[in-house]
Amino acid sequence: MKIVVCIKQVPDTKGGVQFNPDGTLNRGAMLAIMNPDDKAGLEAALRLKDKYEAEVTVLTMGLPKANDILVEAMAMGADKAILLTDRVLGGADTWATSTSLAGAIRNLEYDLIITGRQAIDGDTAQVGPQISEHLGIPVISYAEKLEIDGGSVVVNRQYEDRHHVIKAKMPCLITALAELNEPRYMTPGGIFDAYDAEIITYGRVDLIDVDDADLGLKGSPTKIAKASDKVRKGSGEQVNLDAEASVGYILEKLTEKHII
Amino acid sequence: MDFNLSNKQEMARTLFREFAENEVKPLAQEVDEKEEFPVETVKKMAKYGFMGIPVAKEYGGQGCDNLTYALCVEELAKVCGTTAVIVSTHTSLCIDPILTYGTNEQKEKYVPALAKGEKLGAFGLTEPGAGTDAQGQQTKAVLDGDEWVLNGSKIFITNGKYADVYIIIAVTGIVEKRGRQMKEISAFIVEKGTPGFTFGTKEKKMGIRGSATYELIFTDCRIPKENLLGQQGKGFGIAMHTLDGGRIGIAAQALGLAEGALEATVEYVKERKQFGRSIAQFQNTQFKLADMAARTKAAQLLVYRAAKTKDAGKTFGVEAAMAKLYASETAMEVTHHAVQLHGGYGFIREYDVERMMRDAKITEIYEGTSEVQRMVISADLLK
Amino acid sequence: MSQTVNLEEYKGVFVFAQQVDNKINGVSLELLGKAKDLAKDLNTDVTAVLIGSEVKDLIKKLAAYGADRIIVVDDPELKEYKTEPYTHALASVINEYKPEIVLVGATAIGRDLGPTVSARVKTGLTADCTQLDIGDFPLVKLADKEQKRNQLLMTRPAFGGNTIATIACPDNRPQMATVRPGVMQKIEKIENPQAKIIEFNPGFAKNDKYVDILDIVKSILDTVDIMDAKILVSGGRGLGGPENFHVLEELAAVLGGEVSCSRAVVDAGWKPKDLQVGQTGKTVRPNVYIAIGISGAIQHVAGMEEADVIFAINKDETAPIFEVADYGIVGDYKKIVPMLTERLKSAAAAEA
Repeated sequence: MKIVVCIKQVPDTKGGVQFNPDGTLNRGAMLAIMNPDDKAGLEAALRLKDKYEAEVTVLTMGLPKANDILVEAMAMGADKAILLTDRVLGGADTWATSTSLAGAIRNLEYDLIITGRQAIDGDTAQVGPQISEHLGIPVISYAEKLEIDGGSVVVNRQYEDRHHVIKAKMPCLITALAELNEPRYMTPGGIFDAYDAEIITYGRVDLIDVDDADLGLKGSPTKIAKASDKVRKGSGEQVNLDAEASVGYILEKLTEKHII
Repeated sequence: MDFNLSNKQEMARTLFREFAENEVKPLAQEVDEKEEFPVETVKKMAKYGFMGIPVAKEYGGQGCDNLTYALCVEELAKVCGTTAVIVSTHTSLCIDPILTYGTNEQKEKYVPALAKGEKLGAFGLTEPGAGTDAQGQQTKAVLDGDEWVLNGSKIFITNGKYADVYIIIAVTGIVEKRGRQMKEISAFIVEKGTPGFTFGTKEKKMGIRGSATYELIFTDCRIPKENLLGQQGKGFGIAMHTLDGGRIGIAAQALGLAEGALEATVEYVKERKQFGRSIAQFQNTQFKLADMAARTKAAQLLVYRAAKTKDAGKTFGVEAAMAKLYASETAMEVTHHAVQLHGGYGFIREYDVERMMRDAKITEIYEGTSEVQRMVISADLLK
Repeated sequence: MSQTVNLEEYKGVFVFAQQVDNKINGVSLELLGKAKDLAKDLNTDVTAVLIGSEVKDLIKKLAAYGADRIIVVDDPELKEYKTEPYTHALASVINEYKPEIVLVGATAIGRDLGPTVSARVKTGLTADCTQLDIGDFPLVKLADKEQKRNQLLMTRPAFGGNTIATIACPDNRPQMATVRPGVMQKIEKIENPQAKIIEFNPGFAKNDKYVDILDIVKSILDTVDIMDAKILVSGGRGLGGPENFHVLEELAAVLGGEVSCSRAVVDAGWKPKDLQVGQTGKTVRPNVYIAIGISGAIQHVAGMEEADVIFAINKDETAPIFEVADYGIVGDYKKIVPMLTERLKSAAAAEA
């Protein structure tokens, strides 16, 4: 079985958000990590590798420094790693990104493609389903459980108040939730091997069946009109009193605000 | 001279740190409080190859170098002295001598299971009458047909009772050397469960309380002839060389303890307010921290240098002794100041520095006391 | 991007009317409300797209909440949500009726349907919008660039909620946006609504993209939707254990509010996910939010910082929650909250 996992390098907007003294975002202080939903997807693929001897290829589209997450993925156990990097692909929205990734994937043999549900910087959850659309394969999003049954996948697809147990014939694409599993650590030997392994690099020229008009900033139908970092709302009052006085304080404020 | 770690080593350090923070740190206080050997943690470490870091892949290890192994012990010790010494003892004092002195059969029989963490290792040299005076060994091994028969006891054995494979040093005879009667000392591999091999007292200790420290008792314990490790009569040399490697591990443990204490103290002094400001703003605090930091960094360089020297295949006994001597005394000093800078809170068990100071003390004693290290270093200087 | 269309042909504001088990999802009614505003600015009308099986009874409700027209795609294949038949349905409607705007609720369905549909019709999609306006793009006229009028300007958080961006889709149609529940407001129900009804069925022949639903497992819920609550008493890991939630439940009861929680509580298995407030949980905008034993990590704060008044009770005076709280109380909730509940109870009893 051959599995392709799409992963993204993102700033740690969940664990590592730092603010400057004036309340503005300190982007420089954020470490670059492998997107958590993607890591869960990779772990799912590695568990299938453990069970069915699948071959796992990781693919990322990004700047050259995205190499770090490919090394991490291989140190966790991925067999092959591909870095898709090219200046003309930069500034892409989800349409252009999914087009680029699909173009890269067309070079590969796959039974299953796994992406994370969403990245913690873009937060759109769009790229996975759009890749499936470009490749003409079924998509199952929000996977909270994944199993193989012959030539099909059986997935628990999460909704707000229920889940569906869905069976789909491979090849297909699933998007993974961080809840899907607890990703493994790398191993020291894995790290040493990963640094020695060759990472395959793709550029625009390696993308199959894509139009230049659909790539990069120019190929993105959605365009940013403006963007600004949120400034943290300043804190209000803070008191440190004994229990009795604290209760009195709360009652006072509840009354003031006409809540009681 | 490049003072940087390679990319591989840096990434390995990130791995160790993440593991230590997520898996080891949350349990450290409880392990200490309950004096409980962290069985589950060892299983997890085994799963990720931490129990065989410098061992070649062909023997089931991770195929990394000694510096990477030292980084692991260092990062573990930052959050838990106990967990760090478990890895160090197992790797340096059990796996290493088998790989260095073992026959192919012995290596194939024991190393893969140890490197994968399926089995745990230990080392038995110390006896009630033989500490620094290691030659004061009394445990005897007598060849009887196809078996060696062991009689005697060992004390203060780390990983005792939990370990499956023990390197045991014993007296196998008397030899004459330069007109004097000397003990002939040899090394053996003894497996837990061998009839006649039992465990005695579990020691109650000041620090590394989760580490299992046991007395080993041998009463007509019969082991196969094949379990002699290395040449008969070379046991003392094997023990000394093994301890050289172990000193790098202990130095890394001491280093981690110092670093952990320093880090905790830096955080604490920033938050603790007295006289209307954080105590970090007082020069006494600042100067103390500066001294602690410089000493710790110096210790780190000595530890890394010793590991690198071993990796380069050169003799490293003096480097290891210097690293162990300096790092352990640094750990003691830094943790001591750390507690002091925490004030009353430093004495309270809820604060990690209290445990770190108790853990640090043993690093000045085991695997060769600071006095022994001084003997090694001066002997080299004055030869 | 390579969509060869005449933008002028695209008119009208469409809303995907999400129904599950023949019940319209509240977010669709909220989007109809917003669609009315947008349609007014554009001098056009609002169409609801109802997709399902035997769902004609729902038409009235859509009309009552603002749909001028309802396109119904009714087919047995559409009984349960499945990506491919629903994508085929909505994409076919778009290609046939050419709306300039399509709004979809950012639900577990919408965030799957939206991207596949937008890719199929080759247009752009903006997710999780918190604000929708009609305006010009670029916002400020640039010398060398054409400024387009009457564009949908979609504002959304990005970067984990730390950045606000305004997006446009000037060269492709329809302009598609997903919007989270609770962000927009539905209009006052119209009595005796009049709406035009169109039945449309593009045909549903199974192809390779169809999947099988083997089972539908509903989560057992006996809880109120926290998004409807005006007052939320929320607990975090600092409570220490699930058994301590009763302290919060009593306070919530006397205040007439509901209990919610942080992600840590859900991960620990103390409370179900539908009570979770935060980025991967629900975004709530109650009048009052009382955060107890919650540290205030950005992922949680992003889900409640729009509350009108925020109280925080926490033992740790450096907890980040105090930076968003209007009233921060440093202390042990175990000592404060029961006393507070008692005082409120006796005050209520006195008034009664």
